[in-house]
This record gives sequence, C-alpha cells and structure tokens, in this order.
Amino acid sequence: MIRTLFAAAFVSGAALAPSALAQGTDPNLGRNLAAACANCHGTNGVSQQGMPNLSGQQRTYLVQQMQDFRAGKRPATIMHQIAKGYTDEQIDALAAYFSAQKAR
Amino acid sequence: MSRLTRRDFLKVSGAAATSLLPGCMAQPVTPPKPIGRVIVIGGGFGGATAAKYLRMWSGGAIEVFLIERNAEFISCPTSNLVLGGSRTMGDITRGYAGLRDYGVHVLRDEATAINVGKKIVSLKRIENLPYDRLIVSPAVDFMHEQIEGYNPEAQKTILHAWKAGPETVALRRQLEAMRDGGVYILSVPRAPYRCPPGPYERACQVAFYFKQAKPRSKVIILDANEDVVSKSALFKAAWNDLYKGMIEYRGNSEVKAVNARAKTVKTDFDTLRGDVLNVLPPMRAGDIARTAGLLTPNTRWCGVDWLSMESTVHKGIHVLGDATLSAPAMPKSGHMANNHGKLAAAAIIEIMNGRAPNPQPVIANTCYSFVSDREVIHVASVHRYDPAQKTLTVVPGASGVSSGRSEIEGGYGWAWAQNIWADMLG
Repeated sequence: MIRTLFAAAFVSGAALAPSALAQGTDPNLGRNLAAACANCHGTNGVSQQGMPNLSGQQRTYLVQQMQDFRAGKRPATIMHQIAKGYTDEQIDALAAYFSAQKAR
Repeated sequence: MSRLTRRDFLKVSGAAATSLLPGCMAQPVTPPKPIGRVIVIGGGFGGATAAKYLRMWSGGAIEVFLIERNAEFISCPTSNLVLGGSRTMGDITRGYAGLRDYGVHVLRDEATAINVGKKIVSLKRIENLPYDRLIVSPAVDFMHEQIEGYNPEAQKTILHAWKAGPETVALRRQLEAMRDGGVYILSVPRAPYRCPPGPYERACQVAFYFKQAKPRSKVIILDANEDVVSKSALFKAAWNDLYKGMIEYRGNSEVKAVNARAKTVKTDFDTLRGDVLNVLPPMRAGDIARTAGLLTPNTRWCGVDWLSMESTVHKGIHVLGDATLSAPAMPKSGHMANNHGKLAAAAIIEIMNGRAPNPQPVIANTCYSFVSDREVIHVASVHRYDPAQKTLTVVPGASGVSSGRSEIEGGYGWAWAQNIWADMLG
C-alpha cells in the first residue's frame, strides 16, 4: 500500500516538476544552485578565511557582480569562467538565496 | 575485544540523535517526522558531504549513518604540499566531530558487504545495519596486478601515495633519504584516474623540494598518456621557468613492469633506474562497489543517473565521487565528489518524500594545483544536466584555466581547501 502510494506520488511529481520549475516555483532552486558555490565560499555562503563571504550580501549587489563577471567587466581569476555557467534566472535565484542567509 | 551488541549500539545512537543541531539548521520546535534511514559508506569528499547535507536539508528527518574506517579525514588535495615540504600532515587533517553536531552517526568501521535485496550493510565491528537508501562513496582502489612485479613485497618500497595518509609520509621520507643527484621517477596511468592534474602538481612539488635540498637531483615523469592530461601549457611553463633542467617529461610511456630490488621500471621502449620510484597503478572503483556488483558491465566504474546519483545497476543505491563512470569532461576530483554528495542528498530527500528529484541540476568543479609553495594554477568548469543526452555536460563557455600561475591564486587555493573541508565536515 505504502509502496503504491509512493510510486503514484513519484510519477505525478516527475510529470509536474519541469513545468513547475519553468514557472520558478521550485522552492529549492536557489538552495540547490547555491550548494555548488559552497565548496569555495562556505556552506550557505558563510566563508572561511581567504574567500569572499556571500551570506547576507545585498541581492542586487550579488546579481550585479555575477553579471559583471560574466560580461568580463569585473576582473577575476576564476569567476569570469564560472559565472558563464549560469542564466539570469539562476543568478537571481542564487542572489536571493545568499542574501537571505545569516552572515556569521 | 567485545563486539557492540545491537542494544548497546542503539543506546549510543539514540543519545547522539538527541544532540542539538547546529544553528544554521534552526532549532525545530517539534522534532521532525522521521522519514527513513540513509547509510553512507565512505567519509571522503563525497560521503561526508552527503551525510551533512542530508541532515541539514532534511531538518533532521533522515537518520544518517556514516561508515568510515579511518579515525580522521586526510585530504588528498594539497597532500602534494607535504611532499614538497611546505605543509605538514597536521595541516591537511581534519576530524569528524563536526558531523556529529549535525546528528550524523559517524561509525569508525568498515563495510564488508551489501545485501542489495534485503537492504543491509555488513560491517566489520558491529552488527549488520539496515537502510532505506544507501550511498556508496568508496573512492578508488588500485590495480597493481596490471603492472608486472608490483606485488605486495614490491609495494613496501614502491609507493603510489595516491591516498593521503601513511604513504604520503613514507614517500616524503624516501625523498628526504635520497642522495643529491638522485633520480625520482613518477609514473602516470592512462586516464581516467583520480585527480587528473595531481601527478603534474606532484612533479612540481618534488622538484620544489629538490631545488632547495638536493639541486643536482632529477624528476622523470613517465606518462601512459600521450601528453599532460590537465593544464598542460601551464604545467610545462612552470617546469621550464621554475625547475629548468630538473623535470624530464615523457609521454606515451606506460610503465609495464617494476623491479623493486633493482629499482627499475620498464616501458615498451626503456628500462630506467631510479632512486625513488613512485608508480601510480591504474585505478578502478573502490572494492565495496565491485563486491556489491555496482560496476557498469565491461568498465571499472559505476554508472549513475546524473539526476540523483542513483546506480544504473541497483535501485536505491547512490554512488558518488571518483568511483562513478564520469560524465563527459568531468574530472575525478574531490570538488566534484563534494558536488555529487549535494546532488544526491537533494535527490534522496525528494525521493524519500515521494517527489521527483530536481530535473535541472547544475554543479561545478574547480581544481587548484600548487606549482611551488605559493604559486597556483586552476582549471574550472560548470556542468548542467542535458535531458537529451541524459548526462551532465559542460555549459558552453563556462570552463577555463588560469591566465598564468600566481600567488593570488595560491591564496585562493589554500582558502579553497579550508572552505571545502569545512563544507563537508561541518
């Protein structure tokens, strides 16, 4: 019984997920994207020494920096390459997530 | 030595489960409704990350056991600096206590078998543990048998030191004991192997040490691959500029046999004698992946669904890190394994809640290599899921290497290590 319910939920979830995402309603979009930044910038953007801290930064500031990296307007060692991996929508989701995190 | 009984064990784990969760998890007003148990085999970059993020993102609703045979985590990335002499083992070692703060049950033990049908992991020290989902993050093991003469006796003096730990220390001692004017031979297996730029970074670090301590000595790289596998131009520039005349590189030179007594290695063309032999055997997914039948047929690696890291062989088992059959242009790196861990954690939480995993994962890799004690070069890439190819592919334009080696990146390289260790270990 549990198995059947689970399978049904899974199938409907699979069918719904892409359209839900396209409308930007995936509640974990920002969290999941931000996790790939944590390697260098710390869990939830709370960084250890030597790397810029992202947690609690202004959302508009973060968006602007990523766009400047992507466009080559802000000099960088590595971020000009990484920023090109993200769409405008994804950059906004990242910025929203990090700006909502408490800085240590 | 008495074995823990199941009752004792549950007492211990029950006590751990009530420990407070760290601040970033927010103190739940009511304890979350438990939704199941995940066992993670292997506390490296992949497994430790998955364990922490499963607890953090599920708000404690998933019970997580991490099985790790070593008492402490010793990082492979930056371990070449110990060979070069600018860092110590203490600098690259971290404890597992932080994971316990997240409510992860860290067990110092070794998984000996997986009963896929019954969903049970057999352990060396305590009784069998059942799971709802399993994560296997077993790293690589070595195929010494593919190199003639590289038998257990020879392995006592010819080291690979490709897992950071006692062999790192032993290889450093061999280098220290070597005479000035001696020859260090490093052999690189055919790709794919763990950490593509690692061997070339190691050549830099050994040359860095020789330059100061025994400047008449030489490094010879015998590479089974045609050319330097990663950051080729940057490494060659460093060899030429910083260690001129000290590093000899030979491509298409696969080591086929070793002789520990004569201290020689043999390729199809030559037999070379060295004072210190550092032979990296071909690699494959770690033992437990093989014994559990997780290898993709006719390969040495474990195929996975890149939306969830779930094995393509056994449902309910997720494989992380170096052991996976890599996606196109995806290196076997600690950074990548850390991202695998998060991808798997997110997917497992969705699946255990009856929902589908994120259909559009994006993950990234950066890899910093120290060409001296201070100067670093990087390679980076962003990978996103391509539904047409059903794999992760590099986003066009979103990859590249350093414009040149620099001390600025030296600072970032070391800061990368501090951050990723904290990210995986709490």
